[in-house]
Amino acid sequence: MANGIYSIGCAAGFGGDRTDAAAPIVETLIARGRPGALLFEMLAERTLALAQLDRRKDPDKGYAPLLEPMVRPVLRRCLENGIPIVSNFGAANPRAAAHLIRQIAREQGIAAIRIAIVEGDDLSDARGRELLRRHLLPSAEEREMVSANVYLGAAAIAEALRAGAQVVVTGRVADPSLAVGPAMAHFDWRETDWNRLGRATMAGHLLECGAQVTGGYFADPGFKDVPDLHAVGFPIAEIAADGSFVITKADATGGVVDARTVKEQLLYELHDPAAYLTPDVTADISEAEVSEVGKDRVAVTGVRGHPRPETLKAMVCFSGGWLAEGEISYAGPNAEARARLAAEILRRRIGDALRFRIDLIGVLSVFGDDSGRALSELAPTAAGDVRVRVAGVHDDRAQAARLLAEVTALYTCGPAGGGGVRTSMTPRLNSTSCLVPRELVPAKIAFLE
Amino acid sequence: MNRDSVSIPLHRLAHSRAGDKGDTANISLIAYDAELFPLLVEQVTEERVRALFRHRSPAAVRRYALPKLGALNFVLENVLDGGVNESLNLDTHGKTLSFLLLSLEIAVPAEIAAALNAVPTGDPACLQP
Repeated sequence: MANGIYSIGCAAGFGGDRTDAAAPIVETLIARGRPGALLFEMLAERTLALAQLDRRKDPDKGYAPLLEPMVRPVLRRCLENGIPIVSNFGAANPRAAAHLIRQIAREQGIAAIRIAIVEGDDLSDARGRELLRRHLLPSAEEREMVSANVYLGAAAIAEALRAGAQVVVTGRVADPSLAVGPAMAHFDWRETDWNRLGRATMAGHLLECGAQVTGGYFADPGFKDVPDLHAVGFPIAEIAADGSFVITKADATGGVVDARTVKEQLLYELHDPAAYLTPDVTADISEAEVSEVGKDRVAVTGVRGHPRPETLKAMVCFSGGWLAEGEISYAGPNAEARARLAAEILRRRIGDALRFRIDLIGVLSVFGDDSGRALSELAPTAAGDVRVRVAGVHDDRAQAARLLAEVTALYTCGPAGGGGVRTSMTPRLNSTSCLVPRELVPAKIAFLE
Repeated sequence: MNRDSVSIPLHRLAHSRAGDKGDTANISLIAYDAELFPLLVEQVTEERVRALFRHRSPAAVRRYALPKLGALNFVLENVLDGGVNESLNLDTHGKTLSFLLLSLEIAVPAEIAAALNAVPTGDPACLQP
């Protein structure tokens, strides 16, 4: 069936997203009575490294921690209504994720389920490491690698769906490819239909962060008001055979889809508007237009596509030492002066023992810089409730812990009226990316036996 | 600024969203109305944005114009203190930086300013160049 509209809903925009977003999308897809698919996008840059650490601890883990609460409420409805589920929630262990989904299906009385696994992204084995050695900066070789994954594209997802998959579990794929795959399969597009792939890629780009196109990450009271943001609905793209599309959202939900929300998300994490690179296509929105075509309905036109890059991006994560963070509060008269004195004491006590940064929450924190230049240039404000925050990183946990001891000691040795000390220690991951020739990292599809 | 202009924060003319890739931030700037877009093009230059982010020492600042969307897209390299995995900033992604851009002061003809949204926002301390 190559005509009509194909609807793709997205019920998660990151690994920690709400688990109650999928049901309204699925019910909306069913009510419209048109073919469609359901996506969950659950892998940010670092998430896969965390999943790889989970897998090391337990070989049956390493998939997205929220997979089960995301899938369980909608699995039966999707299977009964022919709505395939496509997601990167396989993370570092797509096979374990597939087994878990089959188990959920059996618990719900579904005996037969076709689950496809897309693999080939993981470069942490010996062959992958050899490949990376040739394409990574030499300086990275000395560090302890936690994970290495190439971003695969839409073709493998499309192939799995054409072969009858009801659920497609992937590890690392480019986020928009999660949407391009189902559209390719439905409309039977070729891998060189650049304009169509470019348009579907931008549909996927708008879907991939979930509520960020339906009023999430958007509200600015008095300037950009969003109705019922507490119950924000998640997005649906209605894609036509030429790849052009309308963005809308689940019925009976809060949030808003208008020209403003769509423009903000269209440009999100985008650099050159004429060259948005994915494994599938080089998408070009330099001539794109958006128009409101109904309540919570925005059409996106003018997107073009150019041939895809010859290389695939790989993301490599390394152990990054320990992040130590400590905080203490000062409030009332002369609060900022006392907080600045506390910061000065910390600077003199810590010296150059480790790389660190100090913020004054309530005066200047997130807009500042690691070197403290902006804070030192800022004239005193009238802040009456200031929290000193210090953060430092060191490969050696004991060295990082010294910073926390200095914050705690401010109780008795620091300025007057300091209270509410909190400290934490977190293992860090560092990452870098490189490009590898695509023919060296083919995607592999397997069906769960 | 001539006599018939007033200086107001960009926040009243445009909206913005910040995203990150590694140590590079991109910050969109979208005019609330098509007639305001030329003011953005004229005044929110790469030079002014570089000055606004000077404490982060950007390696490069590039501006892309999307007239059909009434939008500019700024790409700032090496401004995230190493990016999400390296930065010691509370906001490792630089997600809050869209509102640093929106704090930039713009000279606007008085009659246009009078028609803009004037919801009181207080006067937060900001890093004006």
